[in-house]
Amino acid sequence: MSLTVLATGPLTTVQDLGRPGQAALGIGRSGVCDRASAALANRLVGNPADAAVLEVTLGGLAVRAGADLLVVTTGARCPGAPHAAPTLLRRGQELRLGPPASGLRTYLAVRGGITVEPVLGSRATDVLAGLGPAVLAPGDVLPVGTPADPAPGVDLAPVPDPPDGELTVTALPGPRADWFGDAGWAALTGQAWTVTSESNRVGLRLDGAPLDRLRSGELPSEGMVRGALQVPPSGLPVLFLADHPVTGGYPVIGYVTDADVDRCAQLRPGQQLRLRPAAHSSP
Amino acid sequence: MRLLPSGSTALLAEVDTLDDVLGLYAALVAGPPIGVVDLVPAARTVLLVIDPAVTTLAAVADAVRTTTPRPDGQVTGDAVELPVHYAGADLAEAAELLGLTPAGLVQRHTGAEWTVAFCGFAPGFGYLTQPGAQWDVPRRSTPRTRVPPGSVALAGEFSGVYPRESPGGWQLIGRTDVAVFDLDREPAALLRPGARVRFVAVSG
Repeated sequence: MSLTVLATGPLTTVQDLGRPGQAALGIGRSGVCDRASAALANRLVGNPADAAVLEVTLGGLAVRAGADLLVVTTGARCPGAPHAAPTLLRRGQELRLGPPASGLRTYLAVRGGITVEPVLGSRATDVLAGLGPAVLAPGDVLPVGTPADPAPGVDLAPVPDPPDGELTVTALPGPRADWFGDAGWAALTGQAWTVTSESNRVGLRLDGAPLDRLRSGELPSEGMVRGALQVPPSGLPVLFLADHPVTGGYPVIGYVTDADVDRCAQLRPGQQLRLRPAAHSSP
Repeated sequence: MRLLPSGSTALLAEVDTLDDVLGLYAALVAGPPIGVVDLVPAARTVLLVIDPAVTTLAAVADAVRTTTPRPDGQVTGDAVELPVHYAGADLAEAAELLGLTPAGLVQRHTGAEWTVAFCGFAPGFGYLTQPGAQWDVPRRSTPRTRVPPGSVALAGEFSGVYPRESPGGWQLIGRTDVAVFDLDREPAALLRPGARVRFVAVSG
């Protein structure tokens, strides 16, 4: 069983849950950017949680089925494909994803999972580290595995589309919040940040009124996880997503909670993000 | 030791010295708290990443507070030997910055064992320190956009080997033909935290 790639849109990669447990070797976790949407896609076609899916950025993917395949899309809703509703794609039939009206990343799961060769235990493409399968290109033929579990028999999952306006998420103080003081925390959580077009799977670059540091000097590199709000000398935070570096040398003022990072991964350039402090979290 | 917040799934343990990092990391590797999925040693910290379905940050914090660091953080086993052609583009400049001749720098670089303190920057990139030696090499003021794979370099108190071609701001002193990161080898990463390394000068 296979799926032939006819077109990819701006960026389509194979992703799974990534490579946890290897960060001490400089190997980041990577994996799907919006874990909740990808998990839903796998559940809807009866795949295990670690089955590989396609992560499609801003639509544009076209595939042709090499066999009768049960497929589903979740995340950003693309015209041309039934959304959050498992659909049988007949052998030879094509699926074309148009550009989504809101949200950035669409997950296409195939019953049986995409079974390209794993690299260091995962089928995730890490664009920063250059690990995992190559970014998809037209003509690629993707192998599809044999389903292990019964299909769940769900027709439609009622989930909201990603918002196309402002998004508010919860922020916790990070390890170096004291480098910015109360005024810095207030500036972080008191404005609407704009997502810039330099954003990618590594992180969301945010534009707004820059944050001032209280102290100068270098921070020795330290480990960080996705959700980190790292502040380089420009004072403009970067929100780390799936392919973030394992260690970083700029202070982390705060963290977006793990579940909320999934929602941030659906933000497009130009959209606004508000960071609401968690209850009782003064830095 | 200070425990610092790192979001809803991680905790940062900060200690005073790199040696303390090696000791704490070695103890945590030997007896990891339940539910910890990743341990990331760095210059002054060890990051603990948890699986929130298995444990809580409070439970892991308690476990870290009661961990006794291992005084000798080095892993046992033979030192990794890396043959180096000492003809890097920055060899003369780095030597001058250290008040040495190029031959003197090579002698110092090869004269004692290094220890992998931690990894980062790229898969398989180890930050090597030479216990007791006082290396302090400034980074290049303008980083190179392309550093060739296998480049042996210096920056701050560290030495390192670039696993693949990448941008980089370290001073390049030589090159090794040994692949420090090779996906066709098990394990792919040659330099793991705690491993010992000896550089050997070769001609050509």
